[in-house]
Amino acid sequence: MKQFITFVRKEFYHVFRDQKTLLLLFGMPVAQIILFGFALTNEIKNSKVLICDHARDAATQNILQRFEASPSFNIEKNILNHKGIEQEFKKGKIRLAVIFPANFQNDLNHFNKAQVQLIADASDPNTATTLTNYASSILMDYQKELQEGQAQFMSIKTDVRMIYNPELKGTTNFVPGVIALVLLLVCVLMTSISIVKEKETGTMELLLVSPFNPILVVLSKAVPYFFLSLINLTVILILSTTLMDMPIKGSIFLLYFASSLLILTALSLGLLISNSTDSQQAAMLISLMGMLIPTMMLTGFMFPLENMPLALQYISNLVPSKWYYTITKSVMIKGMGIEAIWKELLVLTVMTLVLLTISIKKFKIRLA
Amino acid sequence: MTNEVVIKTDKLTKQYGDFVAANQITLEVYQGEIFGFLGANGAGKTTAMRMLCGLSTPSSGSATIGGFDIYKETEQIKKNIGYMSQKFSLYEDLTVMENIRFFGGIYGVPDKDLKERMRSLIETLGLKSEADKLVGSLPLGWKQKLAFSVAIFHEPKIVFLDEPTGGVDPVTRRQFWDLIYDASDKGITIFVTTHYMDEAEYCNRVTMMVDGYIKALDTPYKLKQQFSADSMDDVFYELARNAKRREDQL
Amino acid sequence: MRTLRFLLQKEFRQIFRNSNILRMIIAMPIIQLLVMPLAADYEIKNIRISLVDHDRSPNSQKLKNKIIASGYFELNDFNVSFDESYEQFQRNNSDLIMEIPKDFEKSLVVDKQANLFIAVNAINGTNATVGSAYLNRIIGSFNRDIRLDWITSNNSVNTATIEVSSLNWFNPFLNYPSFMVPGILVILVTMVGAYMCALNIVKEKEVGTIEQINVTPVKKHHFILGKLIPFWAIGIFVFTLGLFGVAWLVYGIVPLGSLLTLYVFLAIYLIALLGIGLIISTYSNTQQQAMSLAFFCMMVFLLMSGLFTPVDSMPEWAKWIAIANPVTYFIDVVRLVVLKGSGFAALKTQFLIISLMAVFFNTWAVLNYKKTM
Repeated sequence: MKQFITFVRKEFYHVFRDQKTLLLLFGMPVAQIILFGFALTNEIKNSKVLICDHARDAATQNILQRFEASPSFNIEKNILNHKGIEQEFKKGKIRLAVIFPANFQNDLNHFNKAQVQLIADASDPNTATTLTNYASSILMDYQKELQEGQAQFMSIKTDVRMIYNPELKGTTNFVPGVIALVLLLVCVLMTSISIVKEKETGTMELLLVSPFNPILVVLSKAVPYFFLSLINLTVILILSTTLMDMPIKGSIFLLYFASSLLILTALSLGLLISNSTDSQQAAMLISLMGMLIPTMMLTGFMFPLENMPLALQYISNLVPSKWYYTITKSVMIKGMGIEAIWKELLVLTVMTLVLLTISIKKFKIRLA
Repeated sequence: MTNEVVIKTDKLTKQYGDFVAANQITLEVYQGEIFGFLGANGAGKTTAMRMLCGLSTPSSGSATIGGFDIYKETEQIKKNIGYMSQKFSLYEDLTVMENIRFFGGIYGVPDKDLKERMRSLIETLGLKSEADKLVGSLPLGWKQKLAFSVAIFHEPKIVFLDEPTGGVDPVTRRQFWDLIYDASDKGITIFVTTHYMDEAEYCNRVTMMVDGYIKALDTPYKLKQQFSADSMDDVFYELARNAKRREDQL
Repeated sequence: MRTLRFLLQKEFRQIFRNSNILRMIIAMPIIQLLVMPLAADYEIKNIRISLVDHDRSPNSQKLKNKIIASGYFELNDFNVSFDESYEQFQRNNSDLIMEIPKDFEKSLVVDKQANLFIAVNAINGTNATVGSAYLNRIIGSFNRDIRLDWITSNNSVNTATIEVSSLNWFNPFLNYPSFMVPGILVILVTMVGAYMCALNIVKEKEVGTIEQINVTPVKKHHFILGKLIPFWAIGIFVFTLGLFGVAWLVYGIVPLGSLLTLYVFLAIYLIALLGIGLIISTYSNTQQQAMSLAFFCMMVFLLMSGLFTPVDSMPEWAKWIAIANPVTYFIDVVRLVVLKGSGFAALKTQFLIISLMAVFFNTWAVLNYKKTM
């Protein structure tokens, strides 16, 4: 044990000596939480919408004001034909075009029927559908008002409660996701590289010939990163509660427990990567290029997992941050206790054990 | 050895903040000479050598290398020197041949000479069977001999060797010094740092650096006389024991 | 020129010698490009609903059937107690609870009005809005149905209606992969280029070989070019493989616009990108530092580029980051050219900006390189 502590102390020296990396280690998660917590949202806001109003009458004016009042739209008025609209789309300047034909109000008054054309840039299907929906509902609202005074009997009223996030803020969804992402990737990256570095420079051999269990040598490298990650977590949590008004409704102890588990999973993954590669470049390629996009997409905060093809849903079960994301949501936002998240905790524990076992096995083979 | 001066420095100084790594180095080295640059760890040897090679700019003082000014004519200097650092610095993931061809190529050895000279070099080094092996797989001693041969492959006027024989066995060291003598015989000036005092004996002249200053400069024989010592070891001990600076300060 | 030849020869040799790395930088992007676009689907379907029907009348039954028949909803549990439903909701087994009160039908007929209670899990605000909007639309149409049932005689529905016709240009079937594939391809090419370039130079620093190069008469710009050109070529290769091998063959995305425009932009973009890699390498002494720095840049580039979330929706200050992000422009251009067939004339601004970035980053890199090495 005493030896182990000696080794751990040496690792702490390494980490603290390299101040540039240290700065990055701490600065990075902070910057990312702030940046992404505020900037990322899957809401559609301020989309450039072109209004081609050939009518210019009271009715279209009224509708236009409604469009202008909506935060989703950023209105631009111009009369263009289809060719011109296509040009605007091709420059990527507008997302939606709303076309009112001439005599709009006239048609509405005399024929009880008027037409509006919506043309969406569907190269981005999500924005296209959302904007089309928003625009239609504005038009429908206007129509409803026109019909006001008509049959108002037998109406069903709905009382909709938005639970957990009544203001529908994007941060509530994204912050736990970003926490999961940052904790996982930073841990994996740092451990895998620091171990491979010793292999590359040859100091690993030196450690391995010492009269000390080689597995503990490797484990001792993970210890500083474990503590650093806990500090990181604390900073991140402080920022998200103060700056981003994230609640921590459940037990903070439970949150730390679950986070420690995720960090352990990440460290074991880092160990495995470092035991399977022998250059820093390879370790980096696997832990960054291999993991960045899949983790980002399969954690569930970017795209709903339920929508994905089944095969991908199965694959997403292998992503540790997916389980952690569910845990943070349950504990921070819903205020649930361990009875609600024991399954996720169990999964993370099993993952950690499996990863550790494999990496220790691999390690032994290499020594033989 | 002729009397032509190929390295001439005058009060060459390198300062990092308050710390003077090399202080007012003044010396002259003659063509074909084997010039030993001695000192304890941290005495400023490497700093001085890096300035002479154009790897770092001096804080003050002046110097000419092969007649070229150290501030203005670094490009000219680089063409006329070779350098071997204490960290082995050939490409481990290239083969012996590929390393030689690469360094020969960037020093501008003409294509038609390249092949012939590579062949003869491999032969002299006795590396024929190793020519297509990755440099990383060679034993340290061979790596160092190879690194030296690559450093003089383009036939420079001067070659700088920074602790070239660290970590190799006495036999290999001996062979390494044979290579140095051969180069010197061809008229290449050798500027070598070391802290093996037996190697100091092989040099034509040596200088001792302590705490950034040059404390002594002469032939090994005269230095031993001056300090009434039996060996260079004693001379070194005499000079270095009062040193204040340790390696970890650098 | 001759020096450059030797430098390039060496770089390519080193890259090809390390077949592990080479395989990874080719295979990883391609595999990810094959799989990941399938995950990027914002379309909200299969909303899991808990229904609590206290009324159990023919009408409440009809409403339930209508909701299930819509195809958007999936019944998670039916007619357990509200508390039990709420537990399902808390455990994340259902997204939405709808409670039909006792006497729903009766109050509709007698009071001419009835209420429904809906609880939505709003952690993901967008999903919540969309889900409840779907449900509201179904309820609205149910409402119309029963009104019509009630007064079949009243045919004087002669009110003003606005007919909305909507067109989806460029992607009429709202195919998500065709939007995501080009974007993800850009990210992958970016990662390959920036990382490899930064790491490669720092590795020479760390191992010490750069010292050896620095004492040779090799000019700095030759050395830098020798480093940039191979990764520039690899970037183009990976892009080509992704564009034709995956986007075209697998996803059937045929670029509508000119390939020349696309490749010219790619070429300039890669220069800008490698400039960033170079900057990273000049600021780091070890591969670990370079990697953390590159990782940070990569995260910012990726998330602030409009790949997953629209730039328009970002707060004002964040938009500035997106504007300064070269990846934003490349994703934009690839999507415009591939999906909409935009030509050079429509993309002048993007070309101008990326060229300026290329000049800016490389100047910065070279100036800093001179200072530090």
